Amino acid sequence: MAVLELANISKHFGAIQAVSDVSLSLEAGQVVGLMGDNGAGKSTLVKMIAGNFRPSEGTMRLDGAELVLHRPVEARKYGIEIVYQDLALCNNLTAAANVFLGRELRRGLGPLRILDHKRMYKRAGEIFRELKSETRPRDLVKQMSGGQRQAVAIARTMLSEAKIVLMDEPTAAISVRQVAEVLNLIRELRDRGIGVILISHRMPDVFDVADRVIVMRRGRKVADKPIASSSPEEVTGLITGAIEQV
Amino acid sequence: MATTLERTIEHRQQTWPAALLASQTFWVLIAVIFACIFLSFATDSFATAKNLYNITRNVTFVAIIALGMTLVIITGGIDLSVGSVLCLCSMVLAVVMHAGYSIEVGIAASIGTALLIGAFNGVMIAYLGFPPFVITLGMLSIARSLAMVASNNTVVFQFGPDHDKLLALGGGAWFFGIANPVLYMIALALLTGFVLRWTKFGRYVFAIGGNEQAATLTGVPVRRIKVAVYMISALAAGIAGIIQTGWLGAVTTNIGAGMELQVIAAAVIGGANLAGGVGTASGALIGAALIEVIRNSLGLLGINAFWQGTFIGGATVLAVLFDRVRNFRQSE
Repeated sequence: MAVLELANISKHFGAIQAVSDVSLSLEAGQVVGLMGDNGAGKSTLVKMIAGNFRPSEGTMRLDGAELVLHRPVEARKYGIEIVYQDLALCNNLTAAANVFLGRELRRGLGPLRILDHKRMYKRAGEIFRELKSETRPRDLVKQMSGGQRQAVAIARTMLSEAKIVLMDEPTAAISVRQVAEVLNLIRELRDRGIGVILISHRMPDVFDVADRVIVMRRGRKVADKPIASSSPEEVTGLITGAIEQV
Repeated sequence: MATTLERTIEHRQQTWPAALLASQTFWVLIAVIFACIFLSFATDSFATAKNLYNITRNVTFVAIIALGMTLVIITGGIDLSVGSVLCLCSMVLAVVMHAGYSIEVGIAASIGTALLIGAFNGVMIAYLGFPPFVITLGMLSIARSLAMVASNNTVVFQFGPDHDKLLALGGGAWFFGIANPVLYMIALALLTGFVLRWTKFGRYVFAIGGNEQAATLTGVPVRRIKVAVYMISALAAGIAGIIQTGWLGAVTTNIGAGMELQVIAAAVIGGANLAGGVGTASGALIGAALIEVIRNSLGLLGINAFWQGTFIGGATVLAVLFDRVRNFRQSE
C-alpha cells in the first residue's frame, strides 16, 4: 500500500508554473530517486510535501487520509521528516543536542522540567548504533566528518516513527567514502520500512540505492519507472529532453 | 566489527580534565588567581579585608550585566545600550522614589522600563531584521537622553520615605559581611548557568548562535528567543542600576557611560565568542573579575591610572589570542 500519494499536484508562483499536474505514489520501504535539471520542479515538489508551500491544485494523501500542511513544523507531526541539503546542523552543539534539537527530552515536573542530558545521549547512541555509524553522541558537530554529519541529520529523522524521509542532495559535496556511508544510511531507513524520496544530481547514487526513479522536466513528470528497467543513459536523455517521455 | 562500533560510540573523546585545560575561562581564572597571589605579596594593601570587599563589590556591576550580555553574545548578537539602560533605570528608580513612592513601586517602574527597552530592541532585531549593532547603538543614545529628560539632568540623592531601605539594599552586607551586590551577583550567575545548561531555552540560545537557519528549520522559536535574550540583557542592566543606586546613594546622568565596552570585554575575556554559539555564566564573572583586579592592582602598585585602558585592552586581546592559537592548532 502507498504511504504517500500525490494526485494532480500543481504549483504556480504568479505566472510561473513550477510544477504541473504531477501524480506519484511512494510505498513504505521504498527509495525513490527524484531527478531533474535545475528548475525542473523537484525542490518545489518536495517543499510541498514538507509543508513549505501549499499546492495550487491537487491533493496529497498520507496513509489514505488527506494531508494539508500549513507550516514545515506540522509535517513532522505526520511522520514526514526532511534532511536538508546544507544539513541544518549547529556546529557548536554535540551530536546528541543536534539530534534532539526542537524536541529535547526533559525530566521533572511542570515548569521545573530540566533537560535530560543522560537520556538524550543514550538514545542518540542507540540510533547511531542502529545506523551503524561511528558517531559519538558527545562529540561536537564541528569536529565531525561529512559522513558523520549526515548520520546526525539522518538520526533526527529516526527519533519519531517517521513514515517518509525527504532528502535533498545528501551526497553533494562529500567524499567518495562518505557517499558510501550515506547510501548505507539510506538503506537502513528503507529496511525499517520508511519511504525515502532522494533528490540527487548524482546518477550513480540513485542507481545504487533507489528502487524507482522519477524524472522531472519543466515542472512535469516525464518518467516514473523501476530502476532495474531504466539506465543512466535513458535518465540523462529524459533530464535533458533528448527523450521526450517514457 | 560490532564491538569496535560499540566502543567508538561509547568512547568519550574528551575527559573533563582535558576539557577544562582547553577552556579559555579556566586559564583566565588561573590568571586572576596568580594576579591575586602576586599582589598579596607585592603590596600591603591588596589582601586587606577592606580592599577585597571593595574589589568584590566593584566587580558585581560589570559582572551582572555581563551575564545578560553573554546570552546576547551567544545568540550572535550584541547589546551596546546596557550602560545607558543602567543609567535610565537608576534614574527612573530615583525619580519615582524621590516623588514619594515606596521602594517597591520604584523598583517595579525601573524593571518595567528595562523590560520595555529590551523588548523594543528585541522586536526590532528579531522581527524587523535590524542589525543588533545599529538598534542598540541607537538605544545607547536614546536611553541616556531619556534619563536626562526624566531628571532634568540633575543629581538625585534623596529617595523619599524608603531612602534608607534603598541604601541598605545596595550598600549593606546582610550575610557574613559579604557585600549585598556580591550576593545578588552570585545568585544571578547560578541562575544564568542553570538556564544555559539545563533548560530548553538555554539550548535554543546556543542553537541560534550556532546556526540560526538550522534552528528555524527544526522548529526552534528563534524570534521569541531573541526578544527574550535582549529583554534579559536590559533586565540585567536594570538590576545592576538599582543595586548601584543603592550603593552610591546618588544618581547622575553620566553613570554607566562607556560601561558597555567593559561589559563586552568581560564577556569576551571570559570566553564568549562574538561570532556566536559560545559563552558561559562563569566566564562572565571571571572576565569581570580579571578587569577589576587589573584596575585595582594598577592603583595599588602606584601605576598611573592613564595606563588602565592599555592593560584592560591588552588582557582582552591576550585572552582571545589564546583561543585563536588553540584553533590554529586544531585546524592543522
